[in-house]
Amino acid sequence: MTKTLTHLKRLEAESIHIMREVAAEAENPVMLYSVGKDSAVMLHLAMKAFYPSKPPFPVMHVDTTWKFREMIEFRDTHTKSLGLDLIVHINEDGVKQGIGPFSHGSQVHTDVMKTQALKAALDKYGFDAAFGGARRDEEKSRAKERIFSFRSAQHRWDPKNQRPELWNIYNTRKAQGESIRVFPLSNWTELDIWQYIHLENIPIPGLYLSKKRPVVERDGQLFMVDDDRFPLKDGEEPMMKSVRFRTLGCYPLTGAVESEADTLEDVIQEMLLTTSSERQGRVIDHDAAASMEKKKQEGYF
Amino acid sequence: MSHQSDLIAEDISAYLKAQEEKSMLRFITCGSVDDGKSTLIGRLLYDSKLIFEDQLNALEADSKKMGTQGQEIDFALLVDGLAAEREQGITIDVAYRFFSTDKRKFIVADTPGHEQYTRNMATGASTADVAILLIDARKGVLTQTRRHSFICSLVGIKRIVLAVNKMDLVDYSQKVLNDIEVEYREFAKDFGFTEIMSIPLSALKGDNIIEKSANTPWYDGPTLMHYLETVQVGDARQAADFRLPVQWVNRPNLDFRGFSGTIASGAIRPGDPIKVLPSAVESTVKSIVTYDGDLDEAVAGEAVTITLNDEIDISRGDVIAGKDHPCEVADQFEAKIIWMTEDHMLPGRPYLFKTSNKMVPGLVTDLKHKVNVNTLEHTAAKQLELNEIGVCNIALDSRIAFDPYTKNRETGSFIIIDRITNSTVGVGMIDFALRRASNIHWQALDVDKVARADMKHQRPAVLWFTGLSGSGKSTIANIVEKRLFQRARHTYILDGDNVRHGLNQDLGFTDADRVENIRRVGEVAKLMVDAGLMVMTSFISPFRAERRMVHDLMDEGEFIEVYVDTPIEVCAERDPKGLYKKAKAGEIKNFTGYDSPYEAPERADIHVNTEAMSAEECADKIIGYLEENGYLTANGNGQR
Repeated sequence: MTKTLTHLKRLEAESIHIMREVAAEAENPVMLYSVGKDSAVMLHLAMKAFYPSKPPFPVMHVDTTWKFREMIEFRDTHTKSLGLDLIVHINEDGVKQGIGPFSHGSQVHTDVMKTQALKAALDKYGFDAAFGGARRDEEKSRAKERIFSFRSAQHRWDPKNQRPELWNIYNTRKAQGESIRVFPLSNWTELDIWQYIHLENIPIPGLYLSKKRPVVERDGQLFMVDDDRFPLKDGEEPMMKSVRFRTLGCYPLTGAVESEADTLEDVIQEMLLTTSSERQGRVIDHDAAASMEKKKQEGYF
Repeated sequence: MSHQSDLIAEDISAYLKAQEEKSMLRFITCGSVDDGKSTLIGRLLYDSKLIFEDQLNALEADSKKMGTQGQEIDFALLVDGLAAEREQGITIDVAYRFFSTDKRKFIVADTPGHEQYTRNMATGASTADVAILLIDARKGVLTQTRRHSFICSLVGIKRIVLAVNKMDLVDYSQKVLNDIEVEYREFAKDFGFTEIMSIPLSALKGDNIIEKSANTPWYDGPTLMHYLETVQVGDARQAADFRLPVQWVNRPNLDFRGFSGTIASGAIRPGDPIKVLPSAVESTVKSIVTYDGDLDEAVAGEAVTITLNDEIDISRGDVIAGKDHPCEVADQFEAKIIWMTEDHMLPGRPYLFKTSNKMVPGLVTDLKHKVNVNTLEHTAAKQLELNEIGVCNIALDSRIAFDPYTKNRETGSFIIIDRITNSTVGVGMIDFALRRASNIHWQALDVDKVARADMKHQRPAVLWFTGLSGSGKSTIANIVEKRLFQRARHTYILDGDNVRHGLNQDLGFTDADRVENIRRVGEVAKLMVDAGLMVMTSFISPFRAERRMVHDLMDEGEFIEVYVDTPIEVCAERDPKGLYKKAKAGEIKNFTGYDSPYEAPERADIHVNTEAMSAEECADKIIGYLEENGYLTANGNGQR
């Protein structure tokens, strides 16, 4: 009798295999946790991979200080309930300089508070391998990203100098100072992620579900007024609208969509019937076509 | 992401339930840019409604800007990834694409069809269940078709879709399809494919991709999508013998000891008898532990943790197999190797070999022949170059558990890693173990190395002089030998003159021959050290990897690297043998420092600079090192 493994079981097994390989071969691994739905799946898989042991590495969130407040609450309660060791890293220099998306624009903010902060955090703790939740289906330039992606001591990615990956054999060797970014969700699609969250009942932040939230419109997109740092124009009043978020990030950079989907199933339904792709809500992708590739070379995850 | 089921709108719960039972298929597409491969993949994504409106808008804009289809949508633009490639209009690496239908999720490895990209195709094929071979109906079976088929066969793909594309350009002729199919079947008959399915297509027009085409009424086979949705895969792997390569030992506390890994083949249940390899210790399965509860059975492809009824020592790298059908164990193999890097593979050079769960140092002892991917001819060779395939003998430093690759892809494969750059330089598929390894036992003698050394009142070692031609290696080595001789030590000098004329007279100056030259010298030096001698070797020995190899041959402290550091201008001016003059005139090829590299030692044990010091002073420094480190003391080794 042949037992058919479902596509989610096969994806799950592949991700677990990758995580175990890193745990066995890296000296000081860390799991990067962005508090989004992909991170939620990655954390869940890590719990499975090492059970009954706890994952043999800490979880790290690079906090830009501009995340939705609800994300931060969720982060703290969720990692605590799983019994995980959470590191929160903030670029204190950036905070002192008052760097933010409103004052400095999305590019400078993301570079200082996210890209540079991540590099500094990896250096500070000496992590030699970092799991990330990126998927190959997110963007064309990611379709060719390896599962084990090598970064120079300066954290740069060289698209011409990546190692071939055959079968399920991963070469984790690296020189002193170099590090590896590992993407255990490489072969998952957005739909796989949602189906798995549904099937496994994985907790995700409430921001993914629709709720009346205070929003204002900027350049045709809706942004949530999550705290009083949001600069309102004269006489401008946030509108209360039923909105949800398809991706989570810094609240001033994350567009909301109007929706009545307030359950997970409704969200999936809406996503399946929709006609625009996931990353559209992210301000950071709206630069030139090859922007993501450029950011990756510079060390943006 | 519009799947087209009405259930989505009507009953999302029922829809999700059904979707969660989907299976998965991984396939590879092979063919050249001109065969319309990117167009085919773009078409599959487009026709399975996986393109969002915003992506479609971007695609239409891009098609007008840089498409090759006039005002029509250029599907190839959907899949061509990195910016540089887009400008060149070609794909240059392996890209993975995803799409799903209501029946299956698909992962497509998209690999280029260019001459030089055997490496990428093998990479994409290594995880694929099915290969789609694109053929241009106007051109038929080409050299590249043979090449792609051979690589698919080598990597163990059993099912081939012969996708005869551009049928619209041959008036949808049945004869064209039949002729191509007949020719292909004849030529592929020895490749071990269990199924060859030929389908007439037009990726550009959409014929027989999703819907049966009205243009090919004579064709009664499945559409491409129907075939991909229904082809059976994975049964054979589950039916094979049980193998669990242990990746990680799971020890949360003293009471639990589990062995984690992904089941490579077969199935396992609690109570099943198992055998651990290489140790051959036996036990029975106590439980199959997962986060979702213990399992009654686990099969190939599942990532599990198992516990055993006996406390036995198992580590990462071991394989747990069914007791009655265990895998083999060996340290020497014949294997097929695909070389994947610019630096040539040289027999005799040490590399790291990594299987799915274990890394072992070793070397390719012999390149038996290479295989021409276009003609399948075997030719003799001394080295393998990028994208070449060779049949080799391999010797590892320790035994591993394995199966022949044709029997098991997971336990029969390995990658080859360069010890210095750490890059993956090649991959291999094991054919069989070489038995003779187990029959050669080192003769244990009563008079051993320590006894022989003690009698000579010295600690034997190799002083390995390395440096450019004319740097002064031999001059200094001669002075050192004289000094040692005066002190009644037992010495010998190995240099080019006494080795190249005899032992190594069959070798030239290519990279491959240089490696073999040093390997032989290293082995001779090792025997001399075993005899208790102080050995001085004087060879340019330009490559770090070979010096490292000799270092690894010796016991701790027996290899002393002496770097004779002289700038090339100084060497060229001294030019004791007139070689630099000849090299400059182009009369000598592969001359170190000119057209062949010299890799200076990073951490030599002794560094002498002949510009700052005379040869006598250099010798003083070396003798000083030997004294300080106890090489010239009787019983230096001490621990008998």
